Amino acid sequence: MRLFDIAAFAVRGLTANKMRSGLTTLGILIGVASVILLIAVGNGASSAVQQSIAGLGTNILTISPQRAQPGSPVKPLTTADAAALVGPDSPDVKYASPVVSAQATAGYGGTSYAISQFIGTDPRYFETTNSGVAQGNLFSDNDVQQARKVVVIGATVATQLFPGVDPVGKSMLVNNIPFTVVGVLAAKGSSGLQDADDMAVAPLTTTQNALTGYGSLTQIVVQARSADALPNAQAQVTTILNGRHRISQTADYRILSQDQLLTARTATTETFTVLLASVAAISLLVGGIGITNIMLVTVTERIREIGIRKAVGAPRSSILGQFLIEATLLSLFGGALGVAAGMLGTQFTIAGIKPVLVPSSVLLAFAVSALIGLFFGSYPASRAAKLRPIEALRHE
Amino acid sequence: MSPVIEVRNLRKTYGAGDTAVHALRGLDLTVEKGEYIAIMGASGSGKSTLLNILGCLDIPTSGTYLLDGIDTSDFDEEQLSLLRNRKIGFVFQSFNLVPRTTALANVELPLVYAGVRRAQRRERALAALDLVGLKDRTHHRPNELSGGQQQRVAIARALVTSPAIVLADEPTGNLDTDSSREVLAILDRLHASGRTVVLITHEDEVAAHAMRTVRVVDGRVAGVLV
Ligand SMILES: Nc1ncnc2c1ncn2[C@@H]1O[C@H](COP(=O)(O)OP(=O)(O)OP(=O)(O)O)[C@@H](O)[C@H]1O
Ligand SMILES: [Mg+2]
Repeated sequence: MRLFDIAAFAVRGLTANKMRSGLTTLGILIGVASVILLIAVGNGASSAVQQSIAGLGTNILTISPQRAQPGSPVKPLTTADAAALVGPDSPDVKYASPVVSAQATAGYGGTSYAISQFIGTDPRYFETTNSGVAQGNLFSDNDVQQARKVVVIGATVATQLFPGVDPVGKSMLVNNIPFTVVGVLAAKGSSGLQDADDMAVAPLTTTQNALTGYGSLTQIVVQARSADALPNAQAQVTTILNGRHRISQTADYRILSQDQLLTARTATTETFTVLLASVAAISLLVGGIGITNIMLVTVTERIREIGIRKAVGAPRSSILGQFLIEATLLSLFGGALGVAAGMLGTQFTIAGIKPVLVPSSVLLAFAVSALIGLFFGSYPASRAAKLRPIEALRHE
Repeated sequence: MSPVIEVRNLRKTYGAGDTAVHALRGLDLTVEKGEYIAIMGASGSGKSTLLNILGCLDIPTSGTYLLDGIDTSDFDEEQLSLLRNRKIGFVFQSFNLVPRTTALANVELPLVYAGVRRAQRRERALAALDLVGLKDRTHHRPNELSGGQQQRVAIARALVTSPAIVLADEPTGNLDTDSSREVLAILDRLHASGRTVVLITHEDEVAAHAMRTVRVVDGRVAGVLV
């Protein structure tokens, strides 16, 4: 007896019940496709984060307040601190922009929108963070001095609040205070977890007045003269701030360079990818349990048929072979369709993330689905093949 | 020449302890080549149990069974499946055709497991179907056939491998008079062509077709009526 005949029995077994075969295939398809897609999304998110951080430039230091040891005094970061960072004592520091930020609700016409980052700072901030203007203008030092209620909005805010309208020159309410929109920033795109365009930037003084009050700054963003000068700039900044804050041991602020930021963010998105991958693995497992289930049902339902085959002389190996081929065909077919669906899915932007296909995930998902079929199919099949013909024939 | 079937002190016990059922209690039986035998007996006397063992579908608890002079006692499952395929044709009361599969494919089934090539398989299966008068029903599935036709397909399947013995467990039990007559006529022809036939029946008219009748009482052969 040849393998071909056994395979023909298997194909006939599958086509005899198209509905059942189809549903099993669907289960595996979903499992495989979601593994491929979710891993691609995770990967896409982390590469977007890396790109956006790299896009900021490699010559930036971010200073933020940090609670020192319990009981030790924490001095707030102030505008004076920021101003003191630029001077003859720090030749490698080009700019130091004070930054406050808050969430704010903006309204225009009938619509309102919660801006996730409303930033108050000075005009140098735009250069430091590589932010270009798409429409209108940025605000000036004069606007900061006069505490004018002007604002530059991100692309997301523009599309949300001003659909089909040119926002420049319009008056928008921020926490019920009217601000004039003077410009719209060029879109930066999503960085995976965070939409970099969901923001607005206003003069520091105005923002403190209207939103945050005059407490500590959220950050001071320092631009060094060049990427090579960054270590020197960091040392100079540390010396100045330690002097101003009278620090002897633990500092009450923290300096992060772009490199460190990148490392931290990458770690975050890796966690994100692992999370997505485990969700995907679970769905693959569910698909596998689906195959087992179907194979159990298939075998149980066909125990009489197995008995008939054995009664006319089918050896155990041919029965086992037939059901294993059935299970393998199901999972290979479902796996192949799943790979196709997964690859198709990565062509679309999902939740603001452009998925990036990981080739090994395709291989992994496909191999796992095939193995699941073989593994979970073999148990019910071998159990059935071991039955004595008369037991199988008597099965209810 | 040795007998086709030689059974000595055959015992079959289902279950164990208090609930054990002794279906066969030391049964002896010899069937010569070319014989046509009817097995009769009360319900529960052990007829089917005996026939299943003769067909290698089940194994006895003890005793010896020589099939065509071969002792089957220490055969393993692989060897038994070979015996079932080459030496035995079994016809069931409930037909037992593979569902959703054409008559032709059902008859071809034993030949597939025997490793017969496709073309020859087809030829022999068609010849067997012709023999039972179903040449025009080859592509019908079991659910498109009458009971009598299904049983004839089952007989075609039993004889397609030219087995040493054809065993039939109440082959007419589920059939009306006309269908029964057709089935019995086929078995008569098989016997006339030199095949050994053993069948179980409750009906004297059916038993009348056989050369002799074996009566089973309580798992033993009670007497042989000629
Ligand atoms: N799988 C089984 N498990 C337990 N007991 C069984 C089993 N098969 C048969 N028996 C018992 O063995 C005895 C003989 O059964 P068998 O089927 O051989 O009777 P039979 O002579 O064919 O009866 P009938 O004429 O009704 O078909 C019965 O008492 C039956 O209950
Ligand atoms: Mg019976």
